[in-house]
Amino acid sequence: MIESIRDLAPIIAVIAFFQLLVLQQPIPDLGGLLVGTLFVVIGLTLFVHGLRLGLFPIGESMAHDFAHKGSLLWLLLFAFALGFGTTVAEPALIAVAAEAAQVAAVGGMIENSEASMTSYADGLRMTVALSVGIAITVGVLRIIKGWPVQYLIIGGYMGVVIMTAVAPKEIIGIAYDSGGVTTSTITVPLVTALGVGLASSIRGRNPMTDGFGLIAFASLTPMIFGMGYGMVIQ
Amino acid sequence: MTRLTDLFWTLLATVRDVLPIAVILFGFQLLVLRKKIINLHQILTGFVFVLLGLAFFLEGLEQALFPLGKLMAQQLTAPEFLGIKDGATDAGSWTQYLWVYLFAFAIGFSTTIAEPSLIAVAIKANQVSAGAIGTWGLRISVAIGVAVGISLGSYRIVTGTPLHYYIITGYILVIIQTIYCPKSIIALAYDSGGVTTSTVTVPLVAALGLGLSTNIPGRNPLLDGFGLIAFASLFPIMSVMGYAQLSEWVANRARSKQRGDGRD
Repeated sequence: MIESIRDLAPIIAVIAFFQLLVLQQPIPDLGGLLVGTLFVVIGLTLFVHGLRLGLFPIGESMAHDFAHKGSLLWLLLFAFALGFGTTVAEPALIAVAAEAAQVAAVGGMIENSEASMTSYADGLRMTVALSVGIAITVGVLRIIKGWPVQYLIIGGYMGVVIMTAVAPKEIIGIAYDSGGVTTSTITVPLVTALGVGLASSIRGRNPMTDGFGLIAFASLTPMIFGMGYGMVIQ
Repeated sequence: MTRLTDLFWTLLATVRDVLPIAVILFGFQLLVLRKKIINLHQILTGFVFVLLGLAFFLEGLEQALFPLGKLMAQQLTAPEFLGIKDGATDAGSWTQYLWVYLFAFAIGFSTTIAEPSLIAVAIKANQVSAGAIGTWGLRISVAIGVAVGISLGSYRIVTGTPLHYYIITGYILVIIQTIYCPKSIIALAYDSGGVTTSTVTVPLVAALGLGLSTNIPGRNPLLDGFGLIAFASLFPIMSVMGYAQLSEWVANRARSKQRGDGRD
């Protein structure tokens, strides 16, 4: 609880400073602000507690069981399902896809109608979810094979740079941003526990150098696939 | 009373978001692994805590911090506050937006410190490195990265320079740093780029981007409003590698100094 208060203290300080000293305006609805902040503190405390009790242990125990079962195919299928399944329903992604459809309609890339905007947004959402599924699958394969993470990431960067050069410019900002919104608050701890669990169950892998990196892939591939989607639709 | 019903709806929405994840986890556990989950009771309790925690967290943000933060972003980017005259056609000097950059920095830093997914990764990194990576050291360096990224991103919106110049330059710097930094930190540094931008940061930063690109003459919210998130995911990679390089340098210096002292 005290830790959660410390986590939130900077936001409160920033808001108070700008509202009172820079904008010189009173804080509207102080009571509501205090109740809301109390909710945030309670929520953060419960969440961190739940992480240690539930999300971390199940991620690690499943990684461990998959490593012992020895079936690579099932593990990769699981990785794909986890990446795709957690992304396709992500509220932040739904919001970004809807905005992207609006940009595309205004920019004349698609027809300016409700139906074509919905289908554009759904298409983008599926593309991004697919790319996250692929990212987690490749990331898990990397942990198993022990490939150094930087070669894959640098290769991915080159992909982004090449796609940026050829993609329509309306999609670039959206595609860049979609890399950031894919990994949600529940996915991150699970995927991290999975990676670290796999790296510690496989002989010769170091959980520090090999266990992390899954999130990095999941934020890189949506940029490449997102721009690809923009090109195909154009 | 409305607060409680709101909280209930947020809880339902959270359950709906977590449901696909739970189905995948338990589906594979029961059908593929076919093993009993050890400590099932404890894990289910953990899931309940996570659900309740997220519901409280999101509801609290919606009620208190987001409305005020978004309002502040609007006020700080309002033409009157920025001193933009009616009918101005260009953005003017970038220096007239100093408060905006400062706000971008402060809001980037403080929301990142409160970001639950970053807390999760920091806990894990601390465990795995056997304490060598401090949870606060990691979180503060990531927060500084996000703060610098969002300030620079606001500067980009003000000046209207193309997004990809910045991102591609950033990539080149990341690649150079990757060559020189301690190998054990690389994967964690790359990961910290992705975890920074979620629940707390995205809505506030989006409001800032939208406010800036709407109010500054010559900018188009549909084209220039995006991209702040991309900055916020790129700069932490650099700051975390920088943090590792700095700690390694300090440790090396202490060691060589110790050796020097021993010779005397």
